[in-house]
Amino acid sequence: MLTASKEVKFPHRHLLGIEGLSAQHILHLLDLAEASVELSRQIEKKRVTLRGRTLINLFFEPSTRTQSSFELAGKRLGADVMNMPVGASSIKKGETLIDTAVTLNAMRPDIIVVRHAQAGAVHLLARKVDCAVINAGDGAHEHPTQALLDALTIRRNKGRITGLTVAICGDIRHSRVARSNILLLSTLGARVRAVGPSTLLPPGIERMGVEVFRNMRAGLEGADIVMMLRLQRERMRGGYIPSAKEYFSFFGLDEAKLDYAKPDALVMHPGPINRGVEIDSGVADGPRSLIREQVEMGVAVRIAVLEALAQHLPNG
Amino acid sequence: MDVKRSSTAAIAHRPVALVNARLIDPEEASVSQGGILVVDGVIRGIGPSIANGSLPSHAQIVDCGGDCIAPGLIDMRAFIGEPGAEHRETIASATLAAAAGGVTTILARPDTSPPVDDPAVVDFLLRRARDTGRVRVLPSAALTAGLKGAEIAEIGLLQQAGAVAFSDGAQSVRNSRVMRRVMEYARDFNALIIHYAEDPDLAGDGVMNEGEFASRLGLAGIPREAEAIMLDRDIRLVRLTGARYHAALVTSILSLEIIAKAKADGLPVTCATSINHLTLNENDIGDYRTFLKLAPPLRHEDERRALVAALASGLIDVIVSDHNPQDVETKRLPFAEAEAGAIGLETMLPAGLRLVHSGEMPLTRLLAAMTVCPAAILGLPQGRLREGAPADLIRFDPDEPYIVDPAHLHSRCKNTPFDEARMEGRVKLTMVQGEIVFEAD
Repeated sequence: MLTASKEVKFPHRHLLGIEGLSAQHILHLLDLAEASVELSRQIEKKRVTLRGRTLINLFFEPSTRTQSSFELAGKRLGADVMNMPVGASSIKKGETLIDTAVTLNAMRPDIIVVRHAQAGAVHLLARKVDCAVINAGDGAHEHPTQALLDALTIRRNKGRITGLTVAICGDIRHSRVARSNILLLSTLGARVRAVGPSTLLPPGIERMGVEVFRNMRAGLEGADIVMMLRLQRERMRGGYIPSAKEYFSFFGLDEAKLDYAKPDALVMHPGPINRGVEIDSGVADGPRSLIREQVEMGVAVRIAVLEALAQHLPNG
Repeated sequence: MDVKRSSTAAIAHRPVALVNARLIDPEEASVSQGGILVVDGVIRGIGPSIANGSLPSHAQIVDCGGDCIAPGLIDMRAFIGEPGAEHRETIASATLAAAAGGVTTILARPDTSPPVDDPAVVDFLLRRARDTGRVRVLPSAALTAGLKGAEIAEIGLLQQAGAVAFSDGAQSVRNSRVMRRVMEYARDFNALIIHYAEDPDLAGDGVMNEGEFASRLGLAGIPREAEAIMLDRDIRLVRLTGARYHAALVTSILSLEIIAKAKADGLPVTCATSINHLTLNENDIGDYRTFLKLAPPLRHEDERRALVAALASGLIDVIVSDHNPQDVETKRLPFAEAEAGAIGLETMLPAGLRLVHSGEMPLTRLLAAMTVCPAAILGLPQGRLREGAPADLIRFDPDEPYIVDPAHLHSRCKNTPFDEARMEGRVKLTMVQGEIVFEAD
């Protein structure tokens, strides 16, 4: 259907990060996502927004949930989705990221979804291709769709984001999820806290508009949302913290620590979770956990992002 | 655009007079009107008396039209490709870039392949420079055998072969016992040690300056302390051994405090910083621009200002280009994977002139840090506007505006951090030992 004078609500051609998005643009994406939650709950889930379009999933790091939710989102909008098996392809034979970008560009995709282990890699790729690029996580830099789905989950459960206190806990230093969430939640007027041991906090974080806490009791006091982060296995021993056991003892979320937060506080985690390391199974699977809803919102948010970028695709 | 180096016999016997110029004497910190007479590659006359009408009839006369004349620049830190990295740079391309930038003496880094840890390699470099170079190339040699930081290099033999300084290039000698022995041994030969000070363990996997900006970009940082800790160790070893020590690159306030103390105590210590650290800061990295990835990393603006002030006061002795050609294969990568380094021979003077135009230091001080100061540290006769000194001279207009176009730079690699930058000040003529080796249209 063609509505010629439709106002452009999202002015960006790519989604490379939350940085640079205004509150208005974020809210527009959340509203779009809200609408597509219902779509995904119907038996007939297909739309035609991206019919004839090609979406390439280019994941240089393994991912289950992000990649599959982009795949589902693309298919529900009618796109042809191709998952590039990066591990098996020429990248392992010494081809650079730029070579890959140029090769893919020649195949004339409409949208590329990229995850890469290095910060800035998605920006680099976006400069070399003609199509829309979505950042599905670049190093410790940004993971914008995760922050959007977290915001949507919070808004659906709390009715708002402005004025809430959100405690982001754990390995913030290495977390792209934390950076995107800090940017998004503070743009929408939440009070954001960073809670973790100093070794897992990025230098200068106090100047990124968050309150910093080095222990869970103070960090969780009065919090509406407790957002736990995954601790990578290779960081559990010696380098940043003494052991997984000590980490869980001081920073792992269990019922006792959750009691420091508001009585109606809710628990989130971007997944996949390390049970007994950063979060206790009882909390992760308990009545205050939003973890499963986050996954559902993941598909809705990715549909919304694809729709928003689709209006800028050529011949659209 | 440029002049091929012609046979020495033809020019050496014909005097050259550079007249109608502003003479910038960095040694005396003075500026005057006049001319310079060059005979047989040596400065034979300076001042207002060198003018049209009072010159030998067979002299070649260059009317400078009021442009500045200064000693040619001496660059104490440049990677020039040979041997082993000729795809990045050659002595021919590096010295052409140097000539175009007003650099008349280059101290070449020893971390080549093979490294300059054998007298035969020093000999090779001197021959290649003689045969293919447009400006003077002085070899520095390795401090430790194979640059491995474990055993003392053949400092005596390397010095005899012609190495003028000793350095492990881009690496720090991690082991303090080795460094102590190297210093003790070098002192016996009165050899100059040039050391890149960075604690590799503390620097870890960092790729830019540690701080808020690195954290926002999601990049691992290198704290200023990595430089200060290594520098502090070195200075303590200088105090113990008495070796002549030059810090290759200081980039932070912490390091300046250490250098100030060492100098106040009368230790034989000097230091340099790079033109990049004087004119750029970490924010210039912007959207992951790998041409701004340097080692040591660009710092916060507060540090840059402190470096400029320390240069103006003379606490920092020398400005280097830290010329480091990197090709697209090593630069067009995600920031953390890209090689560090920037080319700089050709832009060192105009970039430095930014500090003069902004009123941060007088022209004579800027030039002293690129001429007479490095000459004094290296024990060279050039770098001075003085009768009897070698006629290594440059003519430049400090105000001529232009925009840096990488395609027009002479280095084999185009990784300039001043890509499309507006500059004021351009070299019009470069002379080495009385011979014109570069002349702009």
